[in-house]
Formats: sequence, structure tokens, C-alpha cells
Amino acid sequence: MVKKTITKDELFNIIAQIPDPEIPVLSIGELGVLRNIEMHQDKVVVVITPTYSGCPAMKFFEQEILSVAKEAGVNYVEIKTIYSPVWTTDWISDTAKMKLKEYGIAPPQGTSDKSFLFGQPKKINCPKCHSENTELKSQFGSTSCKALYFCKQCTEPFEYFKCI
Amino acid sequence: MTVNEALFNYCLRLGDNSLILSHRLSEWTGKAPILEEDLAITNIALDKLGQARFLLQYAAQLEGKGKTEDDLAYKRSEREFYNSLLVEQPNGDFSFTMARQLLNDVFDFFLYEELTKSTNEPLASLAAKSLKEIKYHLRHCSEWIIRLGDGTEESHSRIQNSLNELWAYTGELFEMNEIDSVLIKENSVPDVSKLKPKWNNMLCEIFEKATLKKPEDGFMHTGSRKGIHSEYLGFILAEMQYLPRAYPSATW
Ligand SMILES: [Zn+2]
Repeated sequence: MVKKTITKDELFNIIAQIPDPEIPVLSIGELGVLRNIEMHQDKVVVVITPTYSGCPAMKFFEQEILSVAKEAGVNYVEIKTIYSPVWTTDWISDTAKMKLKEYGIAPPQGTSDKSFLFGQPKKINCPKCHSENTELKSQFGSTSCKALYFCKQCTEPFEYFKCI
Repeated sequence: MTVNEALFNYCLRLGDNSLILSHRLSEWTGKAPILEEDLAITNIALDKLGQARFLLQYAAQLEGKGKTEDDLAYKRSEREFYNSLLVEQPNGDFSFTMARQLLNDVFDFFLYEELTKSTNEPLASLAAKSLKEIKYHLRHCSEWIIRLGDGTEESHSRIQNSLNELWAYTGELFEMNEIDSVLIKENSVPDVSKLKPKWNNMLCEIFEKATLKKPEDGFMHTGSRKGIHSEYLGFILAEMQYLPRAYPSATW
């Protein structure tokens, strides 16, 4: 049985703090991966959604959620992965975007690109020197959610959190 | 054929396509021409694997025999796979891999765009999610096609030859059978024959920018809708399924 000592909001706030393994300055709450918590008689259902279909961090999140919940005294946890509504970078708050920038990753700018096939790549400001004199090196960075850019001003490469 | 059976088979078709293409792309890990490309190809492979997992999970649920996505991926034999012949073709040189990706992604782009309107909720939500990823994949490979086509004499002739060779596998993409007719009636899946003009137009636009010629329609390979494959699928499965078949109780 679920102990009645913890409320839904309390548990949500605890789970929401779990950091992303790739981008530790952001939590699953800030990323919008954690969608909801359902309190049932006999169990707690934690609802999550992946950023990308193949996001390898999802397995990590599942294990973390189970262990964090256990520490909070909740033993019967079920994890439900949903795909709708589709995850979008629009869910990342302005505060979280600032954290990304301070961490050295250019935050998503604007909304996803409509002219995806032949459109010019977006002008992205360097997170270190703020210069606009940057160049897209690859649409795919160290993880699916990031693209690789190069700043011609400070001659340093940096990552950009793609808009999807 | 019931709607449920048709849906199960349709999910296998889409799921197998993603799974086998993912496996082929992952063969590039560590040996792509440049580091950025290594990252790109493996990221695309990972997206395809994620899509395959969703589809095979859903298929297992529809089948209702208590199987998991892993059972479907690792315990079916060659004749029970329904991926297109196109995606199982070996990587060849880099141009061949990019040509295969382009022909598949342009088709997937229009197919998944239609599937977002499906009356089947799981398919519609998977399609909405995958479409965002497919756009990135498509943009990536079309940039390479243009760069290679409009590059040196050598790169131009290599990409043109790759496209010419793979063209014979594109007829099959538009084939339909009873599965399609059952599901089209339910408005769950689109009539893919109607996607052909759009598929053609987008490819022509890319070929023009790449100074490439659209290959001529000729003999077209067929078989995968019935589970009949080229010799290559068996070798892929032998590698992919070896561990869970040799050690059935292995966990990872
Ligand atoms: Zn800079």
C-alpha cells in the first residue's frame, strides 16, 4: 500500500528534480519529460514522455524515478510512457533556457523550422561570446537533441539544443 | 482478416522497417567518413530503434499473446519479417547508404504525415513524434545527396550509380495488400499509391539541386509484403538475434 504521508504534489516535486544525465543543469521537470503523477489506491503511476523516440536516457529516468520514489517511501510505482502530446522544446521554460546557456549550450530559439528541407539553418548566438557569427557543423551532436555549431568569433565549438 | 490482425501486421511492417534500417545504420558506428557523420548516423539509428520499439510493443499488445517487443525482434524468422527490401540492402559505400536513406525517408515523410491523421490513436501519436525526427533525417541525407551530386566527378558518378541501383527497390514501397484495404476502410492508414506523385516531386526537386538524373523506372523487386526477402536479411538476423537465441535467459 502507498503510504498516505506523501501528497501528489510533494512526490511530483521530488521526482521533478531528477537531473538529465547528459545535461545535469536541467531536471526532468524542467525538460517536460515528467508529465503527470496518478495516485491510485494500490500504486502510483508516473507518466513520462521521451524527448526523442530513441532517447537512451529514458531507461535511466525510469530507474531514477523508482529509486527516488522508494526513498520517499513509495514502493509501488508504475511508469507509463506516453507519446501524445508530442514533446516539444516549447515546454522548456525561460529560466531553464538561461540555465542551458550558462552551462554552455545554446538554448532552443524560436519554434521548429517549417521550411525544413532547403531552408537556411538558423542563426544561433554563441552561448559564450554571444556572437551571431556562427556556423552549423552538424544537425546531430553528441545526443539527438543537440546540433553542433562553431563560433567564428571565439573559434570555439558549441552545442545547440534543437527546436522540435 | 480482422481489423486487429491487419493492424498487428501493419505495425510489424513499419516496425521492421525501422528496426532493420536502424541495424544497417548502426553498422557505420566508428567508421563513418568524418566524426560529425559518425554522430549523425548513430543518432539516426537510435531514432529508428526508438520508433521500432514503440511499434513492436504496440504490435505485441495487439497480438495479445503475452509477447514483448524483444520477442518480436529476436524470435521471429526471416519469413516473418515485413520490412522493405530497400532497407535491408547492404551499406555499400557512403553514397549508397545516403541514397538508400533518401529514398526511404522521402517515402516515410509522406507516409507519416498521413498517419498523423489516423483514427488509430497510438499510430497517430507515434507518427506525430516520428515525423519531427524524420524531417531532420531527411534534411541530413538530402544535403549529402546535393553535396555529392554537385561535387566532384567521382562523387557525382558514385551517387548517381547508387541511386540507379537502388531504384529497383522503390516500386515495392507503394505496394498494398489486404492489410491495407482493411485499414484504409477504417481510416487508420493512407492509400500509399496516392503518395507517389508527392514522393516523385520531392525527389525530383532534390535531384535537380544535386544535378542528378532521376533513374528510369524498369524492373522492380518485390516480395517483402509476403515476407520474401533478399539474401541479406538472413545475415542481419543471424547477427542481431544471435545472443538472445543462444542465451534465451540473458537479460540486459
Ligand atoms: Zn563565441
